[in-house]
Amino acid sequence: MDSEQHSRRWIVLVPTGSLGAGVREEEILYGISRGAQVIASDAGSTDSGAAYLAKGMSKNNRGAVKRDLTILMKAAAEAKIPILIGTSGQAGGNLNVDWTRDIAVEVARELGIRPRIALLYSEQSREAVKAKNKAGRIRPLPPCGDLADETIDSCEHIVAVMGPEPYIAALQAGADIILGGRTTDTAVIAAFALMKGAPPGASWHAGKIGECGAQCTEKEIPGSGVLLRIDESGFEVEPLNAVNRCTPHSVSAHMLYENSNPFHLIEPGGVLDVTEADYVQTEFRTVRVTSSVWREKPYTMKLEGAASGRFQTIMLVGIQDPIVLRDLEGFERRMLEGLYDRVKKTMGLAPDDFHISLRLYGWNAVSGERVPAGTPAPREVGVLFVATAATQDTATQIAKACNPFFFHMPMPGHHEMPSYGFAFTPADIERGAVYEFKLNHVVDVDDPMELVRTEWIDMNSERAS
Amino acid sequence: MPSVREVCHVRSKNAGPYWVTVDFFFDGPDSFERFAGSSAIGPAVFAKLYGIDAGMVKQFRVPKLNILKVSYPRITPQGGEVERDMHSGQQFVRLLDIELT
Repeated sequence: MDSEQHSRRWIVLVPTGSLGAGVREEEILYGISRGAQVIASDAGSTDSGAAYLAKGMSKNNRGAVKRDLTILMKAAAEAKIPILIGTSGQAGGNLNVDWTRDIAVEVARELGIRPRIALLYSEQSREAVKAKNKAGRIRPLPPCGDLADETIDSCEHIVAVMGPEPYIAALQAGADIILGGRTTDTAVIAAFALMKGAPPGASWHAGKIGECGAQCTEKEIPGSGVLLRIDESGFEVEPLNAVNRCTPHSVSAHMLYENSNPFHLIEPGGVLDVTEADYVQTEFRTVRVTSSVWREKPYTMKLEGAASGRFQTIMLVGIQDPIVLRDLEGFERRMLEGLYDRVKKTMGLAPDDFHISLRLYGWNAVSGERVPAGTPAPREVGVLFVATAATQDTATQIAKACNPFFFHMPMPGHHEMPSYGFAFTPADIERGAVYEFKLNHVVDVDDPMELVRTEWIDMNSERAS
Repeated sequence: MPSVREVCHVRSKNAGPYWVTVDFFFDGPDSFERFAGSSAIGPAVFAKLYGIDAGMVKQFRVPKLNILKVSYPRITPQGGEVERDMHSGQQFVRLLDIELT
């Protein structure tokens, strides 16, 4: 029967690669008109560095996230479909989830809607992680080694990366909106179809293809999201933008993106294997994918921990002086020696107490490697000075001690004292701490919910009470 | 012998905070067949260029797409004190002039 066949399709609307990146209202309305049963997106990842987990702050600004949530919540409430957001607030720590929760509640009040909001927290205390470590239930992933308690103690925040199960539990308990902590991008998008009994291979693969929104499409014009139609034998992916298209190449190539292995994707409860997957153009804008395989494995969750390290203060000058440009290597060597010497003499710091780095933008700042002999001089360079020390104040004192030399250091060819081009006053800029990821480990769990805590905000009962 | 830039376009990107992944998109099946296995872009060369252990370099051939993927661990995790390329998106550039043999 047609209706039976129709009911065995699970349609997921992925509005954007990351909440706050800019969803498009017309795309959302198109996806809903095509039968979307759920809206699912992540709101971050580790991609942008450890600062967002360490500080519990979002990368996207509040206004952008609020704008996206407003469009999604309005459309979803009208269509009566749920919204799933993973890795809320960029890093998915408790503070990141709470930040997103406050925006969602504000939006609901402004729209006059009363959703049931589930909050999924997967942040772990240092003590809980140490207990798991002591019990031998934490294993390193290459290139890291065994986990030391000192490493755990160094982390400001630690999250366990969730799979789809907490989302499924919240949907079954009647959630209209789920704001999750750190979750694999794939799991958020796959959760709804998995709950409904869709084949896991197709559901997970669809999740991977959709996780960056329209990145798996060929963009003639800017587009943001994709529609995923999962069925008993595979899935289809279609851009939400009516002009753009998916091609077998654009879809299959996405499996390579930001993924160290193009065939296997390790998830909390298994591995997605796309070695034999087949990609076919079915309509001009749509690609069908079949033969994706899911292999169940013992349940593990990846741990991510972010630590705050030493502090940095920076200065920047621009230089067009040809006397400097004709010998940049000599300039850098002479400058670095001079700066270290000044700090030792004026501040009495030992070499281990601080670090100074010079980056010559326009020459070799990005690689830090020696430039091949015979490379022509650039028209100008930007010289970034980075002082690193145990406290912000020490880093700034180092910058101040270095300021005159950094500003005026003459080269042998100079007749007059040069003055390089500062861009700002004061010249020294306090940059804050260095944030680093410290964990690259997995923890064995007996149950996918073991490390997850769910809280509810029922805005309907809130009004009634 | 062609250089990498003559038969491929190349992309590099972080794959989590501890790994970098490089995709060589060859310009067709002929180039892929001839050069994807070249030792000029083999693990030993990656080890030398990026200061890592050749044994940690992973290579994957994706013939359907004419793509060679090479993944290697970063010498320091993303975002350290002397970070120069947070997302490793510029790391491919030093591969472009390698002569393929």
